[in-house]
Amino acid sequence: MSQTVTTLTPATHLLARNPGMALDMDWVARVQANTSAIERRAATLPGRRSVKKAYQAAWLAKAITLIDLTTLAGDDTPGRVRRLCSKARNPLRPDILAALDLPPLTTGAVCVYHEMVPTAVAALQGTGIPVAAVSTGFPAGLSPFHLRVAEIRESVKAGAAEIDIVISRRHVLTGNWQALYDEMCEFRAACGEAHVKAILATGELGTLRNVARASLICMMAGADFIKTSTGKEPVNATLPVTLTMVRAIRAYHTATGIKVGYKPAGGISKAKDALVYLSMIKEELGNRWLQPDLFRFGASSLLGDIERQLEHHVTGDYSAGYRHAIG
Amino acid sequence: MTTREIFDTMDYGPAPESDAEAHAWIAAKGPAFGHYINGSFTAPGETFATKNPATGVELARITQGTADDVDSAVKAARAALPGWSGLSGHKRAKYLYALARLLQKHSRLFAVLETLDNGKPIRESRDIDVPLAQRHFYYHAGLAQLLSEELPGHAPLGVCGQIIPWNFPLLMLSWKIAPALAAGNTVVLKPAEYTSLTALLFADICAEAGLPKGVVNIVTGDGKTGEAITAHPGIAKIAFTGSTEVGRRIRQATTGQGKALTLELGGKSPYIVFDDADIDSAIEGLVDAIWFNQGQVCCAGSRLLVHESIADDFHTRLRARMDKLRIGDPLDKCIDVGAVVDPIQHATITRLVDANTEGETYRADTPLPTSGCFYPPTLISGLSPAAPLMQEEIFGPVLVSTTFRTPSEAVEIANNTRYGLAATVWTENLNLALDIGPKLAAGVVWVNATNLFDAAAGFGGVRESGFGREGGWEGLLSYLKPTAKTVQSRPIDPTPAPKHVQAPDLDRTAKMYVGGKQTRPDGGYSQPVWSTKGALLGHAGLGNRKDIRNAVEAARAATGWAKTTGHLRAQILFYVAENLSARAEEFATRIRHLTGANAKTAETEVAISIDRLFTYAAWADKFDGAAKSVPIRGVALAMNEPVGIIGAFAPDEAPLLGAISLIAPAIAMGNRIVLVPSHAAPLAATDLYQVLDTSDLPAGVVNIITGDPAELAKPLAGHMDVDAVWSFCARAPAIVIEAASASNLKRTWATDGANPDWLGADGQGKRFLRAATEVKTIWIPYGE
Repeated sequence: MSQTVTTLTPATHLLARNPGMALDMDWVARVQANTSAIERRAATLPGRRSVKKAYQAAWLAKAITLIDLTTLAGDDTPGRVRRLCSKARNPLRPDILAALDLPPLTTGAVCVYHEMVPTAVAALQGTGIPVAAVSTGFPAGLSPFHLRVAEIRESVKAGAAEIDIVISRRHVLTGNWQALYDEMCEFRAACGEAHVKAILATGELGTLRNVARASLICMMAGADFIKTSTGKEPVNATLPVTLTMVRAIRAYHTATGIKVGYKPAGGISKAKDALVYLSMIKEELGNRWLQPDLFRFGASSLLGDIERQLEHHVTGDYSAGYRHAIG
Repeated sequence: MTTREIFDTMDYGPAPESDAEAHAWIAAKGPAFGHYINGSFTAPGETFATKNPATGVELARITQGTADDVDSAVKAARAALPGWSGLSGHKRAKYLYALARLLQKHSRLFAVLETLDNGKPIRESRDIDVPLAQRHFYYHAGLAQLLSEELPGHAPLGVCGQIIPWNFPLLMLSWKIAPALAAGNTVVLKPAEYTSLTALLFADICAEAGLPKGVVNIVTGDGKTGEAITAHPGIAKIAFTGSTEVGRRIRQATTGQGKALTLELGGKSPYIVFDDADIDSAIEGLVDAIWFNQGQVCCAGSRLLVHESIADDFHTRLRARMDKLRIGDPLDKCIDVGAVVDPIQHATITRLVDANTEGETYRADTPLPTSGCFYPPTLISGLSPAAPLMQEEIFGPVLVSTTFRTPSEAVEIANNTRYGLAATVWTENLNLALDIGPKLAAGVVWVNATNLFDAAAGFGGVRESGFGREGGWEGLLSYLKPTAKTVQSRPIDPTPAPKHVQAPDLDRTAKMYVGGKQTRPDGGYSQPVWSTKGALLGHAGLGNRKDIRNAVEAARAATGWAKTTGHLRAQILFYVAENLSARAEEFATRIRHLTGANAKTAETEVAISIDRLFTYAAWADKFDGAAKSVPIRGVALAMNEPVGIIGAFAPDEAPLLGAISLIAPAIAMGNRIVLVPSHAAPLAATDLYQVLDTSDLPAGVVNIITGDPAELAKPLAGHMDVDAVWSFCARAPAIVIEAASASNLKRTWATDGANPDWLGADGQGKRFLRAATEVKTIWIPYGE
């Protein structure tokens, strides 16, 4: 039985979880994010970094292992979720995999609503692929607080290994950082052994400075991952937001030695875009963050484009969508 | 590496841009190139190799231009001049538009050729140099279209000799050729000997654009070819970009030739980071400041000034960022730092850095190619302003740094330099940024950004970074001259002593006027001043170089004048006019006695003097800057700043009006002036200081040194604390003024007595205001 490449990476799952720290408002107040400068860096990066040929193929294969294959629709059914899980287990056609000389891959996780957790857990039994549940009144996070905490517990009980919580945007917009910190601490505690990803809904936070400060506070409160968006905001993951958040992760790591993960979600649907994201992570955080325990793409249609690009790499001819199994 | 291995290492791998097309172009057109003269390529003459600095491999052979070659090119350009300058602005605009379009159509060929020849990363030539060059031709197509409507009363200068450097070969070509052509000039351009190829490709597209023959001529070669251009009498203007050393030689070589001159020279530009800055962004900015084009950038932010409270953290993060830079094959699309242009430049960088014994030297921990002309990104921290590397331009990927405590100390350290090209300020505090920007001695200031360029925004320096602006309307004006007529005034000698002296009732001694006080001449010599009828009107001091020194010191001490409001300066100028008006009769009488003019003429001179003071009082708060339409989310403010200290030789003719025609625009714009009045009729000017004293003018703003301009020309024009010299006096000739000005590369305006009619409209106006100001461009990107 060959190992998956994901598990070949020695560091995976050996990482200490983020224990958090006391709220340091001096630090939070010092945080700056100059929008124009951040946009310039983000805009020039694709011109500065480029991966071609075998390198591009390897990077795209890596990207597959970093995808939280996601369905978050009102019409999700067990059948739909089982189909998605099947795709998560076999994201790439075996002949393409063989041509690339890669062992079997899986996606990083499957991400669903609470009601679909048992189905997903059953469908992924024995694969090692974790199930992530969006939680805490996703996407708006405005249900009663005790219900939001209870929702986390229910999802953990149902078998979710990762919980994607949404923060209360109003705490950021009103500058109530203490409330944001307290809320995040409670969510983290409710997760228990499950890893917690803090969704900032960056498209609703108004400024990149707010994004940077909210990132830092969620990490201080013990988030294992910080995540851009629910995918339901008008603007979701962008490169400037990513740069702002990964710089916060770097600052937190410098100060505490703790590595926090990053998940851009929504709006990343092209293989080319995925490569830019990976190069930004590599540049700003380093190679260690290019593993599924520290980086995920929250995406539903990205995988299809990667499959087409990889077939093109293998055959030299451009591919077609129907040649690859749907999820 | 196998895909499986890469999957684990996540390396970038090679991403080479093909150079096949560029080599094919070289093979088809060369490989030995002649000059491009009169619309066609000449046969190659004596040639030298141009090499790819990343590999050392010869790319092509380039002809060493001789004086004869330059002469043919100038002849072709002169022959083309009437036709080209006679075209309508619209017709010239169509050609410039065609050049812009052709640069776009061949953009990748230009980019690859540039990278091959220069060693800069393809990312830069492709994403920065070539797009900016295109933009320059588009913008100047527009200026050509609008020129006659917006700048009436101007004419092209003639044939422009343009000498450009190797760091931005195509971009500097565009900065030179586009405005020259838009204004109706024709051109002889010499690319740098290391990097001639894109200029030769540009010659190709000139032909494709159907540009009339002789309008653009490209002569290749080294410094000797440049000297031939500089010396050629058929050339009306020299535009040079390059080192301060060569710029100074060009200033000296062109003295007294009547050539217009603009110099864009070296720098040691400060990069100031305050404690409230977005530190990660400021560090990323440094990558664009000093590791852009291997640091071979005249305006590179090469001198880092960090707020002491954040310095340790900042430097730690900076070193980490340096380790992420990728150095190598410039044609690789995944490279940040390419090759230094030539082994000679590499040796210079190495020598300068190795000679340093201070501070802490850090070299980026990143692999360096084993062959080719590569220098590692380097940081030398912990230096003080006294360290040689804080003062000398390195022109390589080497950043030096120091710390400061307060905003005013940051300004003091930033301005502690002979240069004044660019400056960068990082702070999230708008008040601080907008307070610091005007205080920095620089032609360009970037706030929370660096190395932003655009055709609409003026670029150029102060101090020994040169003079003149490139880009915008202000850049276009450097390629135009006013069509106003001048009158060649003949030197007027002091009236000789009569045979029979008529002593006055009471002795009158006109002292000099320095720092608001009347002072005796240092040398202790005076000259008698006789009326044209032989009456002794009084004595005037014979100033010497020490009087000049004292006057300049007094002017330096009056720095506060530059910070006064235009409204205040207007009030004072109106008040000077009012007080002069009260004594109009007395001044008219003085003029009659000094010059022998009739009463009506003398009264007219006084009346126009009062009128002129009103004119500049009016302008004091109305010579507005501009907010430029640059293609970013932000503004580029073009601010008219005073030049500083102006040394001025008043014309011999019109002793009162001539002096006022210089004093008034100078002080209206916030300058201080050291004026040498008419030697023949000094008392008209010395009487004036009583008027100034009663008009609330602060001490040191106007200083008057009487004496022989022929004696005072050299010390005043050579004084290194003087920022500009104007001479409207044939006794202080251009040849002396311009030669002496090379000491600190101050700007000069010397007419050899070919003066405007002071009594008419040409004796005043925007020309004087422009000479009294420098355009400082402050870039302020915004967005939240």
